[in-house]
Amino acid sequence: MKNYLAIDGLEKRFASHGRAAFKDVTFAVRQGEFVALIGPSGCGKSTLLHNISGLSQPTSGTIKLSGSVIDGPRAEMMFVFQQYTKSIFPWKTVLQNVLLGIKYQSGLSHAEQEKLCLEHLNLVGLGKYPHYYPYQLSGGMQQRVAIARALVRRPKILLMDEPFSALDAMMRVELQDLLLKLWSDLGLTIIFVTHDLDEALYVAQRVVMLGASPGKVTVNVDVPLPYPRQQIETRSEPVYLQLRERLYNNMMEQVMASRAGAV
Amino acid sequence: MTAKVQAMLRESRLTGVALIFLLLALWQLSAIYLVHSPTWPTVTTIFESWFENIADGTLIKHLFATLWRQMLGYGLAVVAGITLGLVMGYYRAFYNLLEPLVEILRPIPGPAYLPILVLFVGIGHEMKVVLIFLAALFPILLNTYSGVRSIDRVQFDTARTLGLTTFQTFRELVLPAASPQILTGMRISLAISLILAVLGEMVVSNDGLGYFVLLAQRTFKVPDMFAGIFTLALLGYALNRLFLIAERRVARWHYESSGRL
Repeated sequence: MKNYLAIDGLEKRFASHGRAAFKDVTFAVRQGEFVALIGPSGCGKSTLLHNISGLSQPTSGTIKLSGSVIDGPRAEMMFVFQQYTKSIFPWKTVLQNVLLGIKYQSGLSHAEQEKLCLEHLNLVGLGKYPHYYPYQLSGGMQQRVAIARALVRRPKILLMDEPFSALDAMMRVELQDLLLKLWSDLGLTIIFVTHDLDEALYVAQRVVMLGASPGKVTVNVDVPLPYPRQQIETRSEPVYLQLRERLYNNMMEQVMASRAGAV
Repeated sequence: MTAKVQAMLRESRLTGVALIFLLLALWQLSAIYLVHSPTWPTVTTIFESWFENIADGTLIKHLFATLWRQMLGYGLAVVAGITLGLVMGYYRAFYNLLEPLVEILRPIPGPAYLPILVLFVGIGHEMKVVLIFLAALFPILLNTYSGVRSIDRVQFDTARTLGLTTFQTFRELVLPAASPQILTGMRISLAISLILAVLGEMVVSNDGLGYFVLLAQRTFKVPDMFAGIFTLALLGYALNRLFLIAERRVARWHYESSGRL
């Protein structure tokens, strides 16, 4: 399944000012692959992820999942937002938030739904906190709730929009490792948007870089580092460092070019 | 002043309660020693007639007459204000259609509806209920739609990715997210509804606290008049207190997450 998720000639213009966020974006994602989407700020990577999820539509080009065009949110794709304080509803407990993922879908009884939710809370390390309210939890724990709510729906694809960028360094590291474990245990396909090169190289099998606005795919490179990855060892491998340098230089070129173009 | 006394003055509400009793005492003394007038009765006389009016059921009857019409008008305003506000806040087309009308009607002071209502609804119970309804409607309506409109885009996107229908989105997201603001509107309108109930009763009525107070004044039963006003003060205070308790329960998450409980 080379072209499980195929993005082809995608362009997004904003109706308000007519400028393109990105254009001619083409790449494919294999089933079970972990792809990081990076780029300088303003390159449209978040907009691209929204397009892929079906929450918004591209101006032209197509996104196909197993050959069928995506034109709205799909049950098999779940989105994890950067703003967990909003995405997790503050008036619901942790358990109620996760329940919201399945309460209107599954044919399960309420008790079975609860059991399933608790299993998924265990999966993200929140088994002891089902009756807490989000404001009683740290940011990292809140984002875990969002991940549990996404996973309880048994998605095939996880679309993550800078999910850890609002967290402090220690929590980010912890959640990166948790995500890698979930990915390998559950056989997910993940598209992970980040502006952090190190994060992208650490988690992903492949890094797709968008250039500065209007964004285009400037780099599409495999990350040939073995899993499970280790925070210290992986980050000091020669391959990691070479890729990091290459991507860094490319990103700087993009930023400079867009600054020169803007003047 | 010692630190202990300063801390007491800052932390305790006892001084505020003491002030009320001090003012009542001054009133009592001034009525005994300074002002000898039938329009300035002693506090004890007022309390005597207060208890008499309670004992013979007069005040209770008028209290419930006021409370009944207030709650009727207010209840209708709550239902209509929230329903219309949710629709206006959620659907842009309804907002564009109705918002200018609301902005034109909203500044009209509640009492100004009275002459129109007398013409079209008459001078009975219904007139007062409609008067209360109209005055109480706008704060609830406004707060509801502005509450809905300020819901974050991310939350609607979340609802969409979870596959919620419109009805489910209202139930799980829109109503709870807007509830702190809806409750604020409801609390403002609760006070307004009491004002308009008393006003309506003063203009034309044969029961209710407004009627009781005005009649007492016109028949020179000044202690009765004050007794009626004291009753209104307690009623307003009790309603607000009850509402705050209910509000804290319903929107507990809001107060706790913003650190205000």
